[in-house]
Amino acid sequence: MQPTDIQDPDYFHKVVDCQWACPAHTPVPEYIRLISAGRYADAFMVNWKSNVFPGILGRTCDRPCEPACRRGRVEEEPVAICRLKRVAADYKGDVSDRMPPAPTTRNGKKIALVGAGPAALTVARDLAPMGYHLVVYDGDSRAGGMIRSQIPKFRLPEEVIDEEVGFITAMGPEMRLGQRVDSLKGLLDEGYDAVFVGSGAPRGRDLDLPGRQEASENIHIGIDWLSSVSFGHITKIGRRVIVLGGGNTAMDCCRSSRRLGGDDVKVIVRSGFEEMKASPWEKEDAIGEDIPILNFLVPKEFKHRDGKLYGMTFEKVHAEYDAKGRRRLVPTGEPEHFFECDDVLVAVGQENAFPWIERDIGLEFNEWAMPVVNETTFQSTNPRVFFGGDAAFGPKNIIWAVAHGHQAAISIHQFCQGTDVNDRPPPMVTLASQKMGIHEWSYDNGVSLDLRFKVPHRDKVIALKDIKSEVELGFDLKLAFAEAQRCLNCDVQTIFTDKLCIECDACVDICPVDCITFTGNGDEADLRTRLMAPAHDLDQALYVSGELKTGRIMAKDEDVCLHCGLCAERCPTGAWDMERFLIDVAQAENACCSK
Amino acid sequence: MTFIAKPKLHHPELHKNSLGYTRRDYEGAISTLCAGCGHDSISAAIVRACFELDLPPHRIAKLSGIGCSSKTPTYFLGASHGFNSVHGRMPSVLTGANLANRDLIYLGVSGDGDSASIGLGQFAHSMRRGVNMVYIVENNGVYGLTKGQFSATSDKGAKSKRGVVNSDEAIDLVGMALQLGATFVARSFSGDKAQLVPLIEAALKHEGAAFIDCLSPCVAFNNHEGSTKSFDYIREHNAAVNFLDVIRSREEITVDYAPGSVELVTQHDGSTLRLRKLHTTYDMHDRVSALTYMQERQAAGEIVTGLLYVDPNPRDLHGHLHTSDTPLNALMDDALVPGSSVLAHVNARLR
Repeated sequence: MQPTDIQDPDYFHKVVDCQWACPAHTPVPEYIRLISAGRYADAFMVNWKSNVFPGILGRTCDRPCEPACRRGRVEEEPVAICRLKRVAADYKGDVSDRMPPAPTTRNGKKIALVGAGPAALTVARDLAPMGYHLVVYDGDSRAGGMIRSQIPKFRLPEEVIDEEVGFITAMGPEMRLGQRVDSLKGLLDEGYDAVFVGSGAPRGRDLDLPGRQEASENIHIGIDWLSSVSFGHITKIGRRVIVLGGGNTAMDCCRSSRRLGGDDVKVIVRSGFEEMKASPWEKEDAIGEDIPILNFLVPKEFKHRDGKLYGMTFEKVHAEYDAKGRRRLVPTGEPEHFFECDDVLVAVGQENAFPWIERDIGLEFNEWAMPVVNETTFQSTNPRVFFGGDAAFGPKNIIWAVAHGHQAAISIHQFCQGTDVNDRPPPMVTLASQKMGIHEWSYDNGVSLDLRFKVPHRDKVIALKDIKSEVELGFDLKLAFAEAQRCLNCDVQTIFTDKLCIECDACVDICPVDCITFTGNGDEADLRTRLMAPAHDLDQALYVSGELKTGRIMAKDEDVCLHCGLCAERCPTGAWDMERFLIDVAQAENACCSK
Repeated sequence: MTFIAKPKLHHPELHKNSLGYTRRDYEGAISTLCAGCGHDSISAAIVRACFELDLPPHRIAKLSGIGCSSKTPTYFLGASHGFNSVHGRMPSVLTGANLANRDLIYLGVSGDGDSASIGLGQFAHSMRRGVNMVYIVENNGVYGLTKGQFSATSDKGAKSKRGVVNSDEAIDLVGMALQLGATFVARSFSGDKAQLVPLIEAALKHEGAAFIDCLSPCVAFNNHEGSTKSFDYIREHNAAVNFLDVIRSREEITVDYAPGSVELVTQHDGSTLRLRKLHTTYDMHDRVSALTYMQERQAAGEIVTGLLYVDPNPRDLHGHLHTSDTPLNALMDDALVPGSSVLAHVNARLR
């Protein structure tokens, strides 16, 4: 193998698995260290810069970082990254003076943002301090989009939304709330320099089964129902409720029902329990609230009598896989299952809908009636129109909307300044040695052996009485510190300088996870079989040095490295050093700088 | 010195031996020696050898004297018996322990100062008595704890870190062990575990006095140009006579080397040593020719390493003394105080 090019910003970025997995590339170990140090406001600001909504995401994120966390590969469970984000938000105090002020001068460019959800608000946050005149439209009377309308208050209190949305509205964008955009053509004709569409995926999918029309009084579309609950239009539901669907919306529906009078609530899904789209912890929370999840049942018919729903029938199926691994649900031949109910909530998916976008304004749609959007620049085929969030590529999570927003903001800025939107600004990278003394580091390199701590919950009896009472209480400072100590500091990198190495084997002997080997060079597939410990995880790189004095090379498997720094502590010549790798992924303010 | 404990977390695919232990279970406390010390590599080699031989840690006794080398037993086999004796007196204490309980596996760890200076007599007598033990000298040719004076194994003409040239003759512990009747004699290098680990395994399996002289560079005081015990010098002058694999009885023995290049030696306990010979004329069963060969190569400036001499059927101290098969410390009153009729019988024999 050729020596590893550690100048490539992606190389060490990938080693920080959590940051690499985060769509917005939040510097996770950095903020977790700040939490350990008791610097909650600093930890909040690190988050705020990357993901804009730390308090909201700290309660609701889909956490792509956690399955990626290295801790999950060396013991049972990853660090509770998401809930530590909430700690930063809970204990930050007043950070309003750290927010960029509303600009005093305008740059003369006017941008319309359609929707006041996470994607558009991110664009607004990135562009507002630069002097853009931003106009935000939303059909709802309050900003936040689906964050406000669809996430139940027992998971995300209103004040958290108000505060974090408020940081952005304080930067001076013009908020036209309650004003739905009915025509993109009309908007473009108003002379905006650019338009950002962040209107989400607002249409809940329906189930067209026998009885749907007749019993429609007691059949509700999940996201519309959640939104009505959120805005206080609906305050109760029948005693027996069936929720159809296996995603997070279904989990929110069933748990909301439990709080609005449903005491016999069940979730019924077509697929198997394991394949459900809902996050495992959301399923766990639902089951914890006495909501059974019944699987492999395909809905057949809404049963009604005198216009009143009284139950549903289902066909029992099982999964069969063909040679290509594709799943097919095959009826088992059992008699139909029947469940009594008073209400049904249909949460079987969301769709995009763009009835307000004219088809003759140079904005192409693809075969699935979705706009054609560039995946890097988020520009549509009409160069003045940019998309982001669920509106761009269909339903995803908040963190994806934020990531889209950052990229779209870069593009809008470049477009308005007349530079090429395809010319993306590079990230800024710093690598700094953490050595303080012979065996002292400026990070805490001891490895905690604690297992993952659970977030305390409110007593179930009390929680189920009030739909606005938040279930999760969040870590207290003691638990937060203990959980933060579980982080392995994967951003403090092991840097090897081959010309200093005397091949004494000290690093090989001390490494607790056997990830360092000195051996003859070879191609990667061959090298992976000749290491101290097997290196099967092909997603994780081998760090290979140049040739050493004996003709061998050093090969380090990055997979399970604990970043404990013992290799560097036991190295007599300083061939190993621990250096903090900080990657600052470019945002709109970094674009155009070189022009 | 490292202040944090070595994390207990380990590689998810870390193997277990037949006793259900991982290699990590054979480790000790974290080393307080200088970073990069050769002794730490020898500790790691001992850990690996004991793990691979499936030795129960509680059946091993590790004994040492005084010095950097003699600190190391703290850093391996944390679950074994240990004894830090007086300077140079490890062989005597070990001999006593071995006489009292012949069932333990004895590992004596010493250094060039501990064995070649203050403890030279002790070393000599444990070899000639054939105490069943592994005697490892971690040989760095320098008094590291007192900041780098020449030791008795420093080569004549070698330069100290400050540039002083050594004018005294070096003591050759391998040569002495051979002359004094050790039944397993080897030399190796801390920087070559591929050679060292099987040698330690073979020595542990040897039922007699097994001596390993292990060159171990002192990174603080003896790893400079002009030193004859530095990493670079040893790597340049290393002349290995053979490479060794230890084959346990349950494994199949397949020989796929050119004829004459491989020799199989079955030790008394049933284990087999497979030697890949690099010098086909070298005979490791002949004490005299081994000595001659070593002195020739040494005169030519080479450092001979490998298994230099082995007697596959050794006799040890207990054999010489006809002691009971039951360890003395396990003999109960009825055996130790057999009664007046036995005494009368003994007395009658002496009349």
